[in-house]
Amino acid sequence: MSDAAKAAEAAARASYGRLLAYLAAQWRDVARAEDALGDALLAALETWPRTGVPERPEAWLLTSARRRLVDGARHSAVAAAAEADLTEILKGRGENTREPFPDARLALLFVCAHPAIDAGARTPLMLQTVLGLDAARIASAFVVAPSTMSQRLVRVKAKIRDAAIAFEIPEPRELPARLGAVLDAIYAAYGTGWDDVAGADPERRGLVDEAIWLGRVVVDLLPAEPEARGLLALMLHCEARREARRDRDGHYVPLSEQDPATWSRPMIDEAEALLADAARAGTPGRFQLEAAIQSAHAHRAVTGQSDWEAIVLLYGALLELAPTVGALVGHAAAVAEARGAEAGALALDALDAAMVAQYQPYWALRAHVTGRLGRTAEAEIAYTRAIGLSEDPAARAFLARRAAALRGS
Amino acid sequence: MQYTILVYETETELAARTDPKRKDAYWGAYRAYTQALRDAGVMVGGAALEPPRAATTVRQSHGKRQVQDGPFADTKEQLGGYYVVDVPDLDKALEWASRCPSASTGATEVRPNLRM
Repeated sequence: MSDAAKAAEAAARASYGRLLAYLAAQWRDVARAEDALGDALLAALETWPRTGVPERPEAWLLTSARRRLVDGARHSAVAAAAEADLTEILKGRGENTREPFPDARLALLFVCAHPAIDAGARTPLMLQTVLGLDAARIASAFVVAPSTMSQRLVRVKAKIRDAAIAFEIPEPRELPARLGAVLDAIYAAYGTGWDDVAGADPERRGLVDEAIWLGRVVVDLLPAEPEARGLLALMLHCEARREARRDRDGHYVPLSEQDPATWSRPMIDEAEALLADAARAGTPGRFQLEAAIQSAHAHRAVTGQSDWEAIVLLYGALLELAPTVGALVGHAAAVAEARGAEAGALALDALDAAMVAQYQPYWALRAHVTGRLGRTAEAEIAYTRAIGLSEDPAARAFLARRAAALRGS
Repeated sequence: MQYTILVYETETELAARTDPKRKDAYWGAYRAYTQALRDAGVMVGGAALEPPRAATTVRQSHGKRQVQDGPFADTKEQLGGYYVVDVPDLDKALEWASRCPSASTGATEVRPNLRM
């Protein structure tokens, strides 16, 4: 690749989200801003090898994209009346100044996670607009057909334009609820990557790096929000154990059997610092609690033991705030460790059967707990169900080994 | 809405069916998957197919029947079986397809059944 191509790519990667957010906020049209920025990036690839890479590649891209937007608007009849405004925009803002253009990424994140946007489209929209990921890659991470994902994204962008959703950071009064949706969407991106235990194939590797990057953006932009720090701490704690989830032969290793020496200390330290910062605000929230649970697991690296009773209590507090199926099953797992398999089985029995019917971790835990209690027939059924619901070959193989050991004993 | 999940398997995977060391893991995974489909109430039908070496391809052209040993297409992954499921939409069908063991070893293809 030529230097110019590399520079164009580097500029694109580093500033795609900032450029797009700024253009979209100014034009109130995400799709057109994307097209214009895409054209500008292509133009850069054609021009820079001849002229050299400009001193400020971002400003070059911004000017070029903006010209395209103005030209496009001139060609459309509706915009004729707005010509004066367009000229104003063109000569007015930022174009020749040395000032960096304002960062509208946070506003864009709030648009992406707006309550008027279909909840299933929020995370994909964020990944596409703020990170510039293509629809096919996003579709693959969320297990939907690429054409479906493209259509969904086109639809929500039209909705943003037609419903004139404001590119604004919500009022302080609304901020917690709206921020929650932004953080949920980032966590969903992380979750799609976390499920991929094998993770060896970069094509199939999930969106964990992108999610952590988005998490950092939000912490940078909203440094006073403890939940943003909580989410980043949570992701870093999980990420610290990524490598430990597989042994040398690629076999799955459950948390309880992982060697803490294989966890990433720098990530744990960063997560702990973030969590401590967040706790100073004195407003616990879902992500801080989830991060605190992971922090309690991480303490095994120091003390050699997990404080399961503390983990049970943290799950209890989490269930008050967010009784998700994941938290309910996590709570039951902690109960089984802290208070014995019998108590764990009772906690599992108490869960709504319809809610857990297709939830793989429930069946994996049920198999483990009933197996420990010697309820072999029940455990075998649960292992079969857990294997049948697994997407990951390493997890499937792990459960099959456990089931075989059960039959053998 | 009915979808067919086509199970494409590599030669290595197809060999696992009868390999004494691997067959338990192979059939265990498919039995568990089939059971999960049944338990979820989405299973309409399906079949596991004998491997491609048992295949015979027939063409009828200009009134002449041409019979050929082997599968229609000589590809790296071959059709090893199929499931027909009844689920509300494509996303649900893809969710089930990604749980199929061949999704991680070969491929699964999802096709909406033509409504007649």
